[in-house]
Amino acid sequence: MEPAAFITAFKNLGAGAAVIALSGVGIGIGNIFAALVSSVARNPAARERVFGLAILGFALTEAVALYALLIAFLILFT
Amino acid sequence: MAASHTIDALSQFKLHTALGPLGASVNFTQSNLMMVIAGVVILALLYFGMRPKAMVPGRLQALAEMSYEGIMSMCVDTIGPEGRRFFPLIFTLFFFILLGNLMGVWPYAFTFTSGIAVTGALTIFVVVLVTIVGIAIHGWRFFSYFFPQGAPVALSPLLVPIEILSYLSRLISLSVRLFANMVAGHVMLEVFAAFVVMLGAAGWIGWVPAGASLAINVVLIGFELLVAFLQAYVFAILTCIYLHDAVHLH
Repeated sequence: MEPAAFITAFKNLGAGAAVIALSGVGIGIGNIFAALVSSVARNPAARERVFGLAILGFALTEAVALYALLIAFLILFT
Repeated sequence: MAASHTIDALSQFKLHTALGPLGASVNFTQSNLMMVIAGVVILALLYFGMRPKAMVPGRLQALAEMSYEGIMSMCVDTIGPEGRRFFPLIFTLFFFILLGNLMGVWPYAFTFTSGIAVTGALTIFVVVLVTIVGIAIHGWRFFSYFFPQGAPVALSPLLVPIEILSYLSRLISLSVRLFANMVAGHVMLEVFAAFVVMLGAAGWIGWVPAGASLAINVVLIGFELLVAFLQAYVFAILTCIYLHDAVHLH
């Protein structure tokens, strides 16, 4: 293979490897909302207070997903 | 768009000068134009919202009052009673970022928060401000923040550099969170739109998958609206949390 195709092939491989990290983020977000559902089920009156924390936790965990995605894009497109 | 079997997802973020020759002379890009429009829209909504001054508010006045009350309760709940002083900052940050994120969903408009320069500038401003607030309120005792109370003194050579590093990493995390969310959203929209075009050009068997891709794009626009609100809220609440740390030193 000539060098350009080689580089493109490895870029694609690198991007694919980088997004494996999103599996951990999926587990994390699932954990947050599992805790939310179970805490609202125990104490329905706490719903608004706990919901704000859950959304904050979701956004912070999603941020890690996007760091991994950003690396994948950087590998793929630059 | 699609060309020679690759999808060009990132060229939508390239900055061009707006406003013709007047803009070209000072490098006034479409990003700057959207920022000016965001500022004007926020000011207009607040001005026309508060003009009626009715006891029972109409819709626009209710919008202005609810936004004031929401941000004020966010400040006071997170920072404490001293939070009232930071209300203008949090209000400005929240609505500037919210409008930046939202306006980009409109076709042919530009998301100015999708540039690391803009989000980086906002983040540097927030982190420097939080540090200055901490030092102004507590003097040199501010640096006791990096040595959490109740930790054994023997661990401090390990703990203090980690604390300092995690404080400095706020610069990266806050800016990259907003930037990556916006870029990823718009790249996905572009990629699925390119799928629609490429599949539609593949003949009549391509129409069903093209329709599915278009449906996914519609759902993605909804998701982009959610993410716009969420990211603006997260930026504002994290600024409030950092200010709480600076004001209360723990």
